[in-house]
Amino acid sequence: MTAEPITGIVTPIRLDYTYTPGTSPSQFLRGMKEGRILGRRCPSCAKVYVPPRGGCPMCGVEFAEEVRVADTGTLVTFAVVNVNFANRVIDLPYVSGEVRFDGSDTTSMVLVQGIPVDQVRMGMRVKAHWLPRDEWDFTFANIDYVEPLDEPDADYESYKEFV
Amino acid sequence: MSGQLAAVLGTGQTKHVAKRDDVSIAGLVREAADRALEDAGLTYADIDAVVIGKAPDMFEGVMMPELYLAEALGAIGKPLIRVHTAGSVGGSTAIVATHLVQAGVHERVLTVAFEKQSESNAMWALSIKIPFSQPLVAGAGGYFAPIIRGYIRKADAPLDTGFQVVLKDRLNALKNPYAHLHQPDISMEQIIESPLLWDPIRYAETCPSSDGAAAMVIGSERAADASSRPVAWIHGTAVRSEPTMGAGRDRVNPHAGRDCAKAVYAEAGITDPFREIDCAEIYVPFSWFEPMWLENLGFAEEGTGWKMVHDGTTALDGDLPINMSGGVLSSNPIGASGMIRFLEVANQVRGTAGEHQVDGARKALGHAYGGGSQFFAMWVVGKDKPK
Repeated sequence: MTAEPITGIVTPIRLDYTYTPGTSPSQFLRGMKEGRILGRRCPSCAKVYVPPRGGCPMCGVEFAEEVRVADTGTLVTFAVVNVNFANRVIDLPYVSGEVRFDGSDTTSMVLVQGIPVDQVRMGMRVKAHWLPRDEWDFTFANIDYVEPLDEPDADYESYKEFV
Repeated sequence: MSGQLAAVLGTGQTKHVAKRDDVSIAGLVREAADRALEDAGLTYADIDAVVIGKAPDMFEGVMMPELYLAEALGAIGKPLIRVHTAGSVGGSTAIVATHLVQAGVHERVLTVAFEKQSESNAMWALSIKIPFSQPLVAGAGGYFAPIIRGYIRKADAPLDTGFQVVLKDRLNALKNPYAHLHQPDISMEQIIESPLLWDPIRYAETCPSSDGAAAMVIGSERAADASSRPVAWIHGTAVRSEPTMGAGRDRVNPHAGRDCAKAVYAEAGITDPFREIDCAEIYVPFSWFEPMWLENLGFAEEGTGWKMVHDGTTALDGDLPINMSGGVLSSNPIGASGMIRFLEVANQVRGTAGEHQVDGARKALGHAYGGGSQFFAMWVVGKDKPK
């Protein structure tokens, strides 16, 4: 009598994007292609943004000065991820870290490798590990991960404002 | 500042579950709207306008669902407005409806919010690939876990604080027939032993993925005075936002949240929120956000919110009950979650909350946040008409 309930049908949708990054982000992406991390400084609050947008989100003024940022930095906070979602395949567990690259006033989310996950700590000094040069493209993913530097941990007070 | 008086005349919500495969999205929102109208003793003919909200369209994969929901919500021939402010949308939607009444534009506005998470994959929708960052964010938990670690460090909070929050909320949920998770056997042991998904967040400390809808009827002073049902007077509303990425931005204790709280208290004439607010429903999708928001909302000094969790202040019988309904940790139809917070506190001051009613609640706070902790929506409702 009762037919099987229809609970759904599959209708795949594909989206292809043509992305227009704008002036500042384009420069950042060109820098990545050359293995350099480029930020911009706000003329009002003097903070350096990586990656930069057209202007400072806090002050609302246009960025002017371009600043090259180091590929070393401090791990200010992190998560140990034990679940993979969608079609992402990274060996579990992995550490997803918030890194403040030296010279930047913002943090970037980067994969942390080269150290057992239970030894990762806030304040750890790290360095970017880049993909082989011939694989560089217009993307932040050219930095494959960060790994520990042989340096003492940064003092909490020095990175507290980025946590 | 707030224009004319407005009040909640009726509320309705669905029983939140993992998968509602017996109804379409239209059927789901209709169910909540029917209940709100019935609770208000009104019909669709009494409604002047409809304000609807939900989280990103990618969460169901249905673009602009409001277009096809107009008929289900009786909006034909009436104004229909869609609101979107990420996870805070349930709150900001109710506030837009309130403002339409306070501005004197409409007498009675139906406001509805929903999410039918089972129809798509929100985790996928939140993990998009963009050229500026590594494809690392594993859903909302992956984004918020480092911030929670930051809170634990800054506040030097005991590591079991999050577990205490979950235990309280899941026990509260047992008193709420609409809550998604009903876990009568929930224990501290079970929480501690649940898998560590995004260290420091354990599975038990995360919200479920729910299908659900919530609705309210907001009316003018005249409509409220004419109602034979208990009403909740709206004493204050506030919405604030800030950029996701900002140098010096405090993601643990966001500026926009503090500003929003200050604004809503000022409008409601509240000077000491801890003493004057009887209970609150706040948006806690991961356990640790309870102590974090207690500080952001001015209920506790910075770095001390966790103490109110441990000393029972936020328990159902405590001095400041928080998430009496079980909160987002027990039901999370994302777009509706903010409205459920607003609706639950309205019911508290109306005295219609049921088994999780706080005795004598006269003034209560509803709170929602969204995005990367950058959108905030709050309201204060009271049993008494604002002076």
